[in-house]
Amino acid sequence: MLAQLRPAIVMIVLFTILTGLAYPLAITAIAQLVLSHKANGSLIERDGAIIGSSLIGQNFTSDRYFHGRPSATSAPDPADATKTVDAPYNAANSGGSNLGPTSQKLVDRVTASIEADFSAGRVPAFEADAVTTSASGLDPHISPENAQAQVPTVARTRKLSEARVRGLVNAATEHRFAGIIGEPRVNVLRLNLALDTLR
Amino acid sequence: MTFGGWIEIFLVLALVVGAAWPLGAFIAKVFDGQRSFLSPIAGPLERVFYRLSGVDPRKEQSWLCYALSMVVFSAVCFLTLYALQRFQNVLPFNPDGRDAIAPDLAFNTAISFITNANWQAYAGETTMSHFTQMAGLTTNNFLDTAIAMALALGLTRGLTRSETDTIGNFWVDMTRATLYVLLPFSILLALIFISLGIPQTLHGSFAATTLEGARQTIAIGPVASQEAIKLLGTNGGGFFDANSAHPFENPNAWSNLLECWSQLVLPVAFVFAFGRMVGDAREGRSLLTVMAFIFLISLTILYRAEANGNPLLTALGVESSAGNLEGKDVRFGQASAALFAVATTGTGTGAANATFDSMTPIGGLSPLFNLLLGCIAPGGVGTGLISILLLAVLTVFLAGLMVGRTPEYLGKKIEAREIKFVMLSLLLTPVLMLGFAAIAANLKISLDSLGNAGPHGFTEILYAYASTASDNGSAFAGLSANTPWFNTTTGIVMLLGRIASVIPIMAIAGSLAKKKKARPSAGTFPTHGLLFISLLLGVALIVTLLQFFPVVTLGPLAEHVLMEAGRTF
Repeated sequence: MLAQLRPAIVMIVLFTILTGLAYPLAITAIAQLVLSHKANGSLIERDGAIIGSSLIGQNFTSDRYFHGRPSATSAPDPADATKTVDAPYNAANSGGSNLGPTSQKLVDRVTASIEADFSAGRVPAFEADAVTTSASGLDPHISPENAQAQVPTVARTRKLSEARVRGLVNAATEHRFAGIIGEPRVNVLRLNLALDTLR
Repeated sequence: MTFGGWIEIFLVLALVVGAAWPLGAFIAKVFDGQRSFLSPIAGPLERVFYRLSGVDPRKEQSWLCYALSMVVFSAVCFLTLYALQRFQNVLPFNPDGRDAIAPDLAFNTAISFITNANWQAYAGETTMSHFTQMAGLTTNNFLDTAIAMALALGLTRGLTRSETDTIGNFWVDMTRATLYVLLPFSILLALIFISLGIPQTLHGSFAATTLEGARQTIAIGPVASQEAIKLLGTNGGGFFDANSAHPFENPNAWSNLLECWSQLVLPVAFVFAFGRMVGDAREGRSLLTVMAFIFLISLTILYRAEANGNPLLTALGVESSAGNLEGKDVRFGQASAALFAVATTGTGTGAANATFDSMTPIGGLSPLFNLLLGCIAPGGVGTGLISILLLAVLTVFLAGLMVGRTPEYLGKKIEAREIKFVMLSLLLTPVLMLGFAAIAANLKISLDSLGNAGPHGFTEILYAYASTASDNGSAFAGLSANTPWFNTTTGIVMLLGRIASVIPIMAIAGSLAKKKKARPSAGTFPTHGLLFISLLLGVALIVTLLQFFPVVTLGPLAEHVLMEAGRTF
């Protein structure tokens, strides 16, 4: 037993230095030198201020913007730290709804989101991604169908022609690589940034 | 299911096999002590490690000494990782000012990361400092994988050697595993990950002002370096709570395919290495065929169930052509979410790019099925080989009983002693899974943690113990597992689950090494070819799954029937 103790202690010290410090720090140094934009989270800046990350979705509520998917992330309740409150697209605390397929809460949530569209005079969203939450709660993308369905609402609010807005959506739509790899998608933040540049 | 989806899946699987074949040869060479292209760099480092720790690399150990070294080393890893978490508030690299971890959570996490389970009762970005993530969790991701590789080597040497008392040197095997295999490939993988968009910085979280003027705090850190070994070592402990669903851990379709590939490549390479080490590539290939068969069954079930969508939502008018998207991110889609889920539970990884809890009952049954089988398709690095070898030994034993001959595996007579240890190892895991799930399903203290009601709630509990007993670490994450009850019981289950493999397997290795290697005769039952493959598959499916049929009926199967009938909970 004691004969094993010396190698055990020396090895954990050596491997912590090698794999726990030297390795991540060396990778960090290389990354910051060669790939600093990506290594720092693919930030998007506008007029010198950080708008967000092109990889991380944002919460959009105004009809002036395209909306991302519903998000199930939460944050600590400011009034009572033991509880949490809904905080969509909270990139400090990722996570999904974890609602099971037979959950009444899931059915209620989807029903409510369709009804909310009806009562607000929007085209109700029936695309699967428009009524479901992502696993991360930070999904930066929506499906092209979902984006197209939102075009009339955004165009009307911004007093733009639908054709112009649709053109933006088409330009922002990313396709499968070689028709196989990945899924057709639209990055909501990039699309909305492009929308803001339209006059 | 789409044709393009299957092409994507088979493309990844082909790349896994294509890379694992040469990698298997490399692994066999490294552990035989031969020179390789990495020797000029890793060799001197290796010798420094031995000199400082007082290890004589030429001195071999008996099975008991080998197992003891492993246990003592794991204990030291546990204590340091526990201490790191408890004192992280005063240690460096803590830009977001994380507090010390509570004792029950630190206990659970330390056990979790020394057993390769990587069960996470915590959310990484709100709990762990960068120092804990690097020096604590990343280090143990390397070391617990190296331990599992050593374990598999010990057992393989038991099969290849004859009339000897020794099965190698644990310290040498563990050091070589890290220096020649895990570290160089992690460096390469981490750099590719960064080029695909995974961050790597020592900064703490930053604030952004969104287009609508709201404040968004975005957590970040040294993600890529941890991501690489998390997948390569089939560990699975994510930097973020959402694991590989988080855009910073898995930004696009390419990173996703690479993540699927990197979970599968080393376990498969180990099976090829086994074929080389026993001197007959067919032995490795036949084990791999069984693994591949189980993998594809599981994948087809999951892909089909998820692509069909949730009928309860379809009834509300929701478009079903995209499949069940609750708990899935748009950039992955059904095919690569299914591939990831099966790769992560067929191995010992337990990462996730979709929430298993939100999958359809049959979709969620597929990962559970992989865990109940003991993660053998293709299993964790090293541990997958061990688990399938145990089943192979049991298979030749059953075949021997049928024809009335003393069973042999690779020329070694399989006798009562070996079978007792095999059964001990194979039975302890179901006892842990079913025993603890039965107790927890009857206690208010655990039922309060449920995230879903009805049969789905039962599946959450069953999954938690199945995942920890098989040292996988994936979760039906609706269960609030960060409670003293779950932290303590899942911690104990992970520890016993690992001990269940270490001690009996080392004992088997020791007793096999002592035996003479018999030459194959006309009456020897060949352990390659179609007959053996079908028998092994039968043993894996029948012997292990029959014990779980009742609980699966109470959970996913009951839920599926009720969902089809339109019931909600």
